[in-house]
Amino acid sequence: MALVPEKIQMQHLAWRAGFGENLPVIEGWGKRKRKETVKRVLAGQDKEMEVLRVINETDLPDYKRLKDMNEEERRAVQKLNTDGIKDLNVSWMSAMIKTNHPLREKMALFWHGHFACRTQNVLYNQQLLEVIRTHALGNFGDLLTGVSKSPAMLQFLNNQQNRKQRPNENFAREVMELFTMGRGNYTEKDIKEAARAFTGWSFDEVGQFQFRQRVHDDGEKTILGKKGNFTGEDVIQLLLDNKQTAKYITGKIYRYFVNDTPDEARIQELAGKFYQSGYNISSLMQDIYMADWFYDEKNVGAIIKSPVELIVGLRRAIPMQFEQEETMLLFQRVLGQTLFYPPNVAGWPGGRSWIDSSSLMFRMRVPQVVLYSQAFNIRPKEITPEMGEGANYKMTLEINDFLKRQYAKKVNAQIDWKPYVDGYKDVPREQLADTIAGTLLLKNKSLDKAFLEKYADASTRDNYIKTVTIDVMSTPEYQLC
Amino acid sequence: MLILNRRRFLQVGSLASASLMLPKFLKAFEKGELVPPGNKVLVVIQLSGGNDGLNTIIPYRNDIYYRSRPALGIKRDAALGLNDDLGIHPALKGFKALYDEGHLAVLNNVGYPNPDRSHFRSMDIWHTASDSKDYWGSGWLGRYLDAQCKGCDKPTQALEIDDTLSLALKGEQVKGLALTDPTRLFGTSNEKYFKSLLKKQQQHGHDEHDNADYLYKTMAETVSSAAYIQQQHKTFKSTAAYPNSALGKNLKTISELIMTDINTSVYYVSHGSFDTHVGQDGQQKRLFTQLDDAVKVFTDDLKKNNRFQDVVVMTFSEFGRRVAQNASGGTDHGTANNMFLIGGGLKEKGVLNEGPDLTNLQDGDLKYKVDFKSVYATLLGNWLQADDAAILQHKYERLNFV
Repeated sequence: MALVPEKIQMQHLAWRAGFGENLPVIEGWGKRKRKETVKRVLAGQDKEMEVLRVINETDLPDYKRLKDMNEEERRAVQKLNTDGIKDLNVSWMSAMIKTNHPLREKMALFWHGHFACRTQNVLYNQQLLEVIRTHALGNFGDLLTGVSKSPAMLQFLNNQQNRKQRPNENFAREVMELFTMGRGNYTEKDIKEAARAFTGWSFDEVGQFQFRQRVHDDGEKTILGKKGNFTGEDVIQLLLDNKQTAKYITGKIYRYFVNDTPDEARIQELAGKFYQSGYNISSLMQDIYMADWFYDEKNVGAIIKSPVELIVGLRRAIPMQFEQEETMLLFQRVLGQTLFYPPNVAGWPGGRSWIDSSSLMFRMRVPQVVLYSQAFNIRPKEITPEMGEGANYKMTLEINDFLKRQYAKKVNAQIDWKPYVDGYKDVPREQLADTIAGTLLLKNKSLDKAFLEKYADASTRDNYIKTVTIDVMSTPEYQLC
Repeated sequence: MLILNRRRFLQVGSLASASLMLPKFLKAFEKGELVPPGNKVLVVIQLSGGNDGLNTIIPYRNDIYYRSRPALGIKRDAALGLNDDLGIHPALKGFKALYDEGHLAVLNNVGYPNPDRSHFRSMDIWHTASDSKDYWGSGWLGRYLDAQCKGCDKPTQALEIDDTLSLALKGEQVKGLALTDPTRLFGTSNEKYFKSLLKKQQQHGHDEHDNADYLYKTMAETVSSAAYIQQQHKTFKSTAAYPNSALGKNLKTISELIMTDINTSVYYVSHGSFDTHVGQDGQQKRLFTQLDDAVKVFTDDLKKNNRFQDVVVMTFSEFGRRVAQNASGGTDHGTANNMFLIGGGLKEKGVLNEGPDLTNLQDGDLKYKVDFKSVYATLLGNWLQADDAAILQHKYERLNFV
């Protein structure tokens, strides 16, 4: 397989280590050695990660009082949670759009799907997101521990119900099946024994991890062939010591960042190094981005963008502000990926499952809907509340109500075309159409100057750039990265 | 022979010109029945949110029922009697009439092993027909499409009347099509820019492993399906007075398509939300009234046009609700539930099996007796003549209602 041209290599890197970059950035990268560019991509440019906070612990009511609250106080708490999760969604989207460290957000988005979790508590969501973003490129062991000890996950996988007298295996099962080793690499007995080790893992009202010695089973367990009076931490270490965990995680990263179709030999090799490094995620990504095969023609433009990647990519390319930023939720909903709302514990299946007739047609209309400020006339299916409590029920009605109110409304966005248009300032007019298509697309089956000119507004250079851009974005090829 | 040719012609040929080119004597067929009898159709109505089955088919002779639901239980004289033990919700008058005519069947205690009380997980299980421990990425009707539509250019064998597509209709290879309005879908897919994009791309070769080709293929199928649906939809306009609800409009669209020569065997539509934790009485009544009104006109429409014997309507919900009412005049998530089967061609009618056993509960919930996958197997195998075992990836016992 042949490597793609250098400019496409950089665009490929920009998409697989982020959400795409505009022409000047790509040209800048092209002037450096690959090693140096990759190093910069891995390190990012901002010194410290901006923590996303929509709520403080002190804003929350005293949960011990929750039982005695009157109807009005309860409603206020519900509203706090509903609005909070909406705000968290919007602020993470905007972090992805504005960040100087796209790889961290991209990795976090990957882990958000890997450690799929739903909770209606805004604080727990906020904490889990922080764990994921903090360790996104750090050590997988730290990340796994942080996630496993988060109230969001403990609650989602029912570990409060996991007590010595009445074990609940849900948490242990998902930790082994989905987070570390993958199905078929352990026995049902291993799960039972691991569940015993996780007894007592719990959390308090303000979302602090809590170990409850009284309900912990401190007897001897046999897990993956080892015997001991294991604790939850010990199980996590046993799972990390097992090479299958490195292989499983590497395989998943390969499919997300390189190609849907796994290449077993390459995964094996990467996994070996990942294990040797003590699960350093950053060096795994470096191994991928430095490899020549990463830039093979067959890997470039081979992946279908997730809905979030599509929207973030579009907004990163062209700066804009939405009159109502919550409209982002509507796009997510219709296209099938709502942040903090994965379909189940296995996360979003991804790949071709993003695409069916209606989602594809809508994807191709997104640039027009946004950039020409058209009406949003797709009605998403109603959201059903989770966990069956009356509180969630009302919350969900509010979200559904919001989605309904947005129907057939215009997506009013203030678009700042200038920086985008300026990016093409050195490109001669006759090369503009091909350069735009060549920058926005990694694969191009059908777009050339002659074709694009038919639909372009050639009245001014700016209009020409704008209309060609919108048309290039409204293609099947733009769905690929 | 001529009719067969015409059908083939309509499905394969360029549709806009097809009807113009039809000889006059063939055009005459369009005035009467468009569809030859025997062309079986399944209509799935999803009652989203977990409909309370106990207040749908009411065990009105059972003291436990009234004890568990002192405020919510439906009084014996209010329920419409089906037999000595069971009545139907008072808002389902049309359903009761269908029952009296022998066109409705009720299946009780339907569920699956290790039930999940989460809406989205349980709905996943109903959509994919997986075991509750498995996570499948494809839906049962999607896999029906995979089996029926290998290499076909118009995957219109299964249509969802909605703006977005449910997992139930997503196959491994082929996916169903979602549309609310044939004309709107046609308008969108027919946009000039998209059309010429497609035309330009079709000059290239095709590689099924390539995602770009996959997207173009999906786009091409959408454009051609949209044109086909639109063309078919134009051939029959129902004069029946459908109610002005979303479900009413959607069933009207379905009816109009059923009456044409279209190749669709499965229609899918949702109605809800039945998630009645609070104030169940009013909400369920309102939703049932909408359901009843719409289904009544729909079945009358089918009867009038001689299609009722070829159509089965199946209703389902992701779970039933708990036996006991809660403190807010509602019910919480439960397990086993009932299903309705409606049609002119049912082999078994009425109440097909025993009502719920309220003396034998598990943690306050009903135990299932019929696996819903058996219902799917019956409809796929007996009704749609498909390979149910392959589609469901397991041989489930078939029932006898069709």
